[in-house]
Amino acid sequence: MSTPDETPGQMPGPVRPRRRLWLVALPLVLFLALAGLFFSRLETGGDPSRIPSALVGKAAPTIALPPLEGLKGPGGTPLPGIDLAALAGKPTLVNVWASWCGPCRDEHPVLMQLAKDGRFNLVGINYKDAPENARRFLGQYGLPYQAVGVDPRGRAAIDWGVYGVPETFVVARDGTIVHKFVGPLTAEAVNGTLLPLIARLSGS
Amino acid sequence: MDAEAYRAPPRQAGAAISASGRLARSVLIALLLLAIFALSALAVQPDEVLGDPVLESRARAISAELRCMVCQNQSIDDSDAPLARDLRLIVRERLKAGDSDGQVMDFMVARYGEFVLLRPVMSWRNALLWAAPVLVLALGALAAFFGLKRRRAVAPQRLSADEEARFKALLAEGEGAPPEGR
Repeated sequence: MSTPDETPGQMPGPVRPRRRLWLVALPLVLFLALAGLFFSRLETGGDPSRIPSALVGKAAPTIALPPLEGLKGPGGTPLPGIDLAALAGKPTLVNVWASWCGPCRDEHPVLMQLAKDGRFNLVGINYKDAPENARRFLGQYGLPYQAVGVDPRGRAAIDWGVYGVPETFVVARDGTIVHKFVGPLTAEAVNGTLLPLIARLSGS
Repeated sequence: MDAEAYRAPPRQAGAAISASGRLARSVLIALLLLAIFALSALAVQPDEVLGDPVLESRARAISAELRCMVCQNQSIDDSDAPLARDLRLIVRERLKAGDSDGQVMDFMVARYGEFVLLRPVMSWRNALLWAAPVLVLALGALAAFFGLKRRRAVAPQRLSADEEARFKALLAEGEGAPPEGR
């Protein structure tokens, strides 16, 4: 009813209009900020099905997995199963894979490349697979792993918080999980995230 | 309603079975139908079900609270995904081993994170989110309070000395002559 213009009193005249202008712009500013936030999350928020691991920063499950029967290493000796304690000297990449998994096929060349890097161990957890299929898969596409442990019922994978294959964990020398890749390892993921991480882990 | 009224008489006329027998039969049919539909909605396979009905009902209740990480918006109790089945079996195993409901939940959260819970828990990390409605309401109330207070403070104002004099002069004038326009 009574606008400030009609009742100039205790308040100095020029202050109030300036403050009200600011208040009028406030909803617009808030709206733009929220819209910007939502849009950026929509565009760059990534795939919502890729859930960060609850295990990052925690100790890797102390599993000992039996070897894949009949799998021979490069020297013709049987390839061992997974015993994380025996791998503690270097950072370790733990790759969960299966012969029946299509994306595992896609990431296999990347793993073969990584196998040449001596700074870390690369081991595989063979998830819910038939041994002969797993052997044939490795025979066909190459053997990147220093050790392969079999997890026929998927129980060890649940201890690792795996909810789909492939998944790849980076385990530091002290046995804590540092990072988890969900889905096939790509060249971008390797160059952008994995290799810098390995450099940091093996440097310190 | 009309169709029912039309069909009712012949049924009653030819009734060979008593009213209570008919009731029993319709109840039976309803139960059968219910059983059929209930089965089709179940992801839990018969071989998963525990022998102990108390444990089984606890397992069902827990599974309904756990998210299937593969399908994400289904509980593991609803989901046909193999991982959901594995987790259902683990829930039952842990209950048989004597875990409390809370321990089973903690087991899952330790592996899959809080995301596995379909109902989010309250913690310091998300306290702001939970408190947001109350905070916004409080903020609005504060704004309204100060706005009204300021408006009230502005309304009654004393006349300046100048105005006072003019007012008095006008009053004095008014007493002398009759008001115009009345």
